[in-house]
Amino acid sequence: MVTNRRKFLKQLAAASAMSAAASMFPGIVFAEEQLEGLPKGLINWKKAPCRFCGVGCGLLIGLSDGKAVAVKGDPKSTVNKGLCCVKGYHSVMAMYGKDRLTRPLIRENGKLVETSMEKALDLVAGKMQEVINTHGKDAVSMYGSGQWTIPDGYVASKFMKGAIGTNNLEANARLCMASAVTGFISSFGLDEPMGCYEDIDHADVFVLWGNNMAEMHPVLFSRLLDQRLKRPDVKIIDLATRTTRTSVAADRSILFKPQGDLAIANAICYELVENNWIDKGFIEKHCSFKEGKTNIGYGLEDKFKFSDKAGTITFEDFKTFLQDYRPDKVEAVSGVSARDIKYLASLFGDPNKKVTSFWCMGANQHTRGTWINNLIYNIHLMVGKISTPGNSPFSLTGQPSACGTVREVGTLTHKLPHGVVANEKDRKMAAEIWKVPVERIPYKPSYHTVEMFRALDRGDIRFMWIQVTNPMVTMPKLNRYRDAVQKDDRFIVVSDIYPTPTTDIADVILPSAMWVEREGMFGNSERRTQHFEQMLDAPGEAMSDTWQIIEVARRMGFNELFPWSKEDHIEEIWKEYARFHEGKKHGMAPYEALKQAPGLQWPFVEGKETKWRFHAKYDPACEGNSFDFYGKPDRKAWIWARPYEAPPEIPDTEFPFWLNTGRVLEHWHTGSMTRRISVLHQAMPRSYVEINPEDAKSMGIKNGDQVRLVSRRGKIELPASVHERGQPTKGQVFVPFFDESLLINDLTLDAFCPISKQPDYKKCAVKLEKVNVIN
Amino acid sequence: MPIKSYLVFPHEGQQKALEAALELLPSCEVIPAQNKDIFVLVTDTSDQKEEEDILNQIHSIESLDHLTLVSGFKESHPS
Repeated sequence: MVTNRRKFLKQLAAASAMSAAASMFPGIVFAEEQLEGLPKGLINWKKAPCRFCGVGCGLLIGLSDGKAVAVKGDPKSTVNKGLCCVKGYHSVMAMYGKDRLTRPLIRENGKLVETSMEKALDLVAGKMQEVINTHGKDAVSMYGSGQWTIPDGYVASKFMKGAIGTNNLEANARLCMASAVTGFISSFGLDEPMGCYEDIDHADVFVLWGNNMAEMHPVLFSRLLDQRLKRPDVKIIDLATRTTRTSVAADRSILFKPQGDLAIANAICYELVENNWIDKGFIEKHCSFKEGKTNIGYGLEDKFKFSDKAGTITFEDFKTFLQDYRPDKVEAVSGVSARDIKYLASLFGDPNKKVTSFWCMGANQHTRGTWINNLIYNIHLMVGKISTPGNSPFSLTGQPSACGTVREVGTLTHKLPHGVVANEKDRKMAAEIWKVPVERIPYKPSYHTVEMFRALDRGDIRFMWIQVTNPMVTMPKLNRYRDAVQKDDRFIVVSDIYPTPTTDIADVILPSAMWVEREGMFGNSERRTQHFEQMLDAPGEAMSDTWQIIEVARRMGFNELFPWSKEDHIEEIWKEYARFHEGKKHGMAPYEALKQAPGLQWPFVEGKETKWRFHAKYDPACEGNSFDFYGKPDRKAWIWARPYEAPPEIPDTEFPFWLNTGRVLEHWHTGSMTRRISVLHQAMPRSYVEINPEDAKSMGIKNGDQVRLVSRRGKIELPASVHERGQPTKGQVFVPFFDESLLINDLTLDAFCPISKQPDYKKCAVKLEKVNVIN
Repeated sequence: MPIKSYLVFPHEGQQKALEAALELLPSCEVIPAQNKDIFVLVTDTSDQKEEEDILNQIHSIESLDHLTLVSGFKESHPS
């Protein structure tokens, strides 16, 4: 038995490495027999979506003796087809860190002391009620994330909006994909991609807009490279501000200046018009032209208000607008040669090529995030390359349920599970399903994420419940918000699985059940809902975030709104939630079907998934026999005239470098889980600053030297990385944000896109200094 | 009793030499790829000391560029 087990573990270790090799260096083939022959019977395998990024890989979790001991890619999943990245392979280890939170803690006389779950939940409910009684219902708030399961987000929305009656509900997805949402809504009237991952199997050209897919979405990137191996004409174009593993693997790497993407996208449209590469028939029949406000600000001041206003323009007006974006005119602002811009335009303009664009944080974490989303859609619409296999403008997400929970359930201040709070019809629908008076749901959105933390600082908010996110690492201009949460008369509850800088500032810490320690659903980037069952017992008194909210709601007198039992609450929540989306435009798969399948895409109509939206051939919600952009009242997609506007903070003589921040392959966001997985931690133990080799040379900085970064908001010392994994352009530095001991967000700026309210983590000004070490 | 797997990167053109050198070492299993200049190495050692010794020997092979740890298991549970 021991020999069998050891043999099994060896084969598993080999399979992990082979899959890691295949996902990081696609095209590598190992002899098939090497992948076969795993001993059967020792381990019970059950399906679950991966806990980490928004790709939503299907995993099989190996269970033995009440523990998760292994992971492999689910060959039945159409997402990853059996592949896994290095994080996915080690995902189960994230449940077994030595310092897992298993008992509630409450702060007494400045110290955290253990208590029972009953007492902790009593305290949370009591404190929440006390703040409501003293300061009003808009003084309490809840802040969750795209790692909330769909049931977590649904009960949070029902609790805050339907029970308490406040719109003070936000999620960290505001920080990662709000611009994608406003981009979709303003261009198409409905959120989420029209295409699916199957586009990868059909596209001839992939244009990656500031998207380091090789590290952030490695399994999808493997699928791109796999297609290039099978079809040698496939081209991958990496359009970025930094050379990465993606750039190296791409056929063409084009580097642009920060914020230059706005000018490049318009210049591509200029070229399409100039060369008559546009699809006139498609445009006339299926597109409208719009303009919005300009010089729209950056949200740097408290209580900043902005709302855009669409004005109708003609195609001729749009052509006139494009005159400022002739490729040679935008070379200076974009840093890209006219020749490269013309090359990009020729790819989109080639009638024989199917083109898919991918983007993620580069476009979304942008003070003009909504605009760059609109502009990418413009390009695809000008050539009619949309909503058909291989022709897809595709916004990727970073978290496992940013789409499923935050966008579809609507855990944002302005949203409801269907529609928005400002729409009376949507409020009435919510009130009817929730069985609450419609007047209880406020019609005005309150605070988006940055403003919610500002309100906490000002004292407008006194109570915040944070679940499954780590804002004391991720908030921009972190110094201000760290001080805010520690002010007297603020009460912070944090539900999490490990100690983090956010639990450090909590008044109550509730231990949460993680992932397959409870039942739930995630929704990935391609509208795919994936169910997972409870496979393991949560440690100690740890409880699911869903049940924590239900327990507190019941203690506050809302029993009737949350009548479900522990045994069937996820099923009952799903059935209630699915009522919000009934119909051909967003119908959700039934619970029983989700339990069986590795994942099902919505709109799920008459037992079938919808792979491509807005085309009658694939989408049963369409009228007619071709494209139908039914999200807009005129049933057309909107092409927006959105200009280039500079970012709020630009390098100058005092702060001469751009600071760009982001993620790394090995770590999930703030590293609170992956840094507890020894293999991943060893592979990437601490943060660093990537410096362009020419800049490093001119400053006498060598790889590994300690350097200091200073912005107008904070400073940090960390080792230099020169000629290593990534290489920023000259005049730019890059720092990952996974390392809680080196908080780069002390330096970042809390400027945001005025339409989406999503902060820009990719651009602010810093100075770089070599630290002189005295021996 | 650790079991570990690595991605192994040879210096350019030295894949065969590296494979041959590794196959001579005890406790090492080499799994070659068919169309790429990298391969998988699985080490199965009795204790930490033996593992460190093997790693030292591997690192001294001239045809090795570098290796990346992917996965590690103890006898009964993931490490």
